[in-house]
Amino acid sequence: MPAERAAASAANVVPLPPRPDIAVRLDGVSKRFGEVAALHEGSLAVHRGELMTLLGPSGCGKTTLLNLVAGFLPPDSGDIVIDGERVTAVPTHRREIGMMFQSYALFPHMTVAANVGYGLRMRGLAKREIAVQVADALALVKLTGLEDRRPRQLSGGQQQRVALARALVVRPKVLLLDEPFSALDKSLRASMQVELKEIQRKLGVTTIFVTHDQSEALSLSDRIAVMSEGRIRQCGTPEEVYRRPSDRFVASFVGDANVLHARLDRALGATATVALGAARVAVPAEALAGLAPGAPVDLFVRPEQMSVAGPAIPIATEGIVAAHVYQGGHVDLHVEVAEAAGGRVALRLAGCDAITRWPVGTRVAIAIGEPDAVAFPRGKA
Amino acid sequence: MPMPRTPRPLLQRALEVAGRAAGVLVVAAILGFLVLPAVVVALASVNDRAILSFPPQGLSWRWFVKALTYPDFQAGFSNGLIVTAWASSIALVIGAAFAFALDRYQFRMKGSIEMVLLSPLVIPHFTVGLGFLILAAQLGMARGFPVVVACHIVLVLPFVLRSVYVSLRNLDRRLELAAASLGAPPWRVLLTVTGPLLLPGLVSGWLFAAILSFNEFTASLFVTAQRTQTLPVAMYNYVREYADPSMAAVSVIYIVTTATLLVIANTFLGLGKVLNVEHAR
Repeated sequence: MPAERAAASAANVVPLPPRPDIAVRLDGVSKRFGEVAALHEGSLAVHRGELMTLLGPSGCGKTTLLNLVAGFLPPDSGDIVIDGERVTAVPTHRREIGMMFQSYALFPHMTVAANVGYGLRMRGLAKREIAVQVADALALVKLTGLEDRRPRQLSGGQQQRVALARALVVRPKVLLLDEPFSALDKSLRASMQVELKEIQRKLGVTTIFVTHDQSEALSLSDRIAVMSEGRIRQCGTPEEVYRRPSDRFVASFVGDANVLHARLDRALGATATVALGAARVAVPAEALAGLAPGAPVDLFVRPEQMSVAGPAIPIATEGIVAAHVYQGGHVDLHVEVAEAAGGRVALRLAGCDAITRWPVGTRVAIAIGEPDAVAFPRGKA
Repeated sequence: MPMPRTPRPLLQRALEVAGRAAGVLVVAAILGFLVLPAVVVALASVNDRAILSFPPQGLSWRWFVKALTYPDFQAGFSNGLIVTAWASSIALVIGAAFAFALDRYQFRMKGSIEMVLLSPLVIPHFTVGLGFLILAAQLGMARGFPVVVACHIVLVLPFVLRSVYVSLRNLDRRLELAAASLGAPPWRVLLTVTGPLLLPGLVSGWLFAAILSFNEFTASLFVTAQRTQTLPVAMYNYVREYADPSMAAVSVIYIVTTATLLVIANTFLGLGKVLNVEHAR
């Protein structure tokens, strides 16, 4: 086997610029299913030890991308590199990955210990060595003592821990997680997320994580690749993706956003100014390149950046309070506004005095805080 | 406001009781009807007199002794075992291979191939038997075991195919992907994951095939010779000449043997699993 493997590596490896900090790289990878382009020219570099999230709605190609990295699917074109080695034509079992499935995919006919030790058995380790490593892995996921149980005797959360231990015990070059928390209830999901992040950081394992849940992506990731319709729309830190979305899709998919019809005031260098009522809002100019002053634009503003205008603050727009949504720590004030794309905007106000201060039916003036607004040409993707 | 409780009319209650009793009776009648033939035969087998009759007069085990010592039955039994073992094992290999191909691969004429494989279900057994008889005569083959085994393979193949196919459909493909992701090359995935999870389906397919083959009469009548006759054929030949209760005794031995086999299968594998009743998780 080793000789065959060395030969295969020698044939496959194309000299790459030495980038020891890149653990997984995709170069222009495409995959079609019949007429549908599941992934179009996807390029992505995942840093060593990083938790990279692929975020997008169902059918955006994120799972396809994960399956391509795992080797479950062959790409139509492009190259996949893991740990400096071109693996595009290398079968799954020689890629040294760890994969955790949405359904966990535990072997029902094996005990917990046999499940976790499976990868080590395939690597030909001695029985005693396997037992030691399995015990360590089970301790890591806090399942010590359940070695002899069968998967069906475990709760959903325990099954997930077994799946995680099974994927981690082989010390994979990259850990692939496919919507791992979607089957858990809300409170368990939150604690598992924290635990996963801790384990991932402790082991420093490079991780690619697939989810459609934007809050999960924001809270867990080192970086997020936002995907839609088979394309990677933006790749950046959670803060970058949230505060400087690169297009309309990212702006509306990640976090809540109010869309307001406004006009371009002027563009100066990297910053443009958008006019809405008496307010002038600074936005990145890049997305508005080529537009003349006065051109219609859509202004995307987060609910927490909008407030009820006080004295001496320029009023962006005004409207009638339509509803309050009490969220515990804050209140969402829904206001009917003529300039809003959906006819309404939401203001996120701390505390709960907003309910008494501006009851339903009150006319309120709205101001926009500047730091994170973005604007895109009207009605274009 | 709570609803006032009105006593239900007596007639309605009487009808309800009668209806429930009628339901129980119908179910009991159906179940009784299912086991009635076996019960009648079992009672006839212990009849002391030398005719097949019901109800029995006198009690005796001598027909069991005769059934077990009668050379034609002994030969038929061992012939049947040989034919059954070969036919169901070969059918299992062929059926499993086709089931894999149908489940895992897309190819042209898939529907037609599936139809041909399942066609023995709609072709009468005597047609299959007659066909093999003509074919064997044409090819100048003696009516030896190969012809009988080939005939039985054709007859039991659809059952094996269905059984394995259903297990394959129920098998979660992600388990195989998980094994591959953990470093298992395809042959080890087959040995450690796919094989063990398919085992109940394979065993149930083989068991159905074996029971069908061992009991098969119509087609066997055409393709067996004196030397190769299976137990049902030997019984038929016997009953044409004699009408004593040893026939009934053989039947009872038959039932007890099959039931024992099923009980063993149930004990070691779980009948629910073997019969594919329970879904593998």
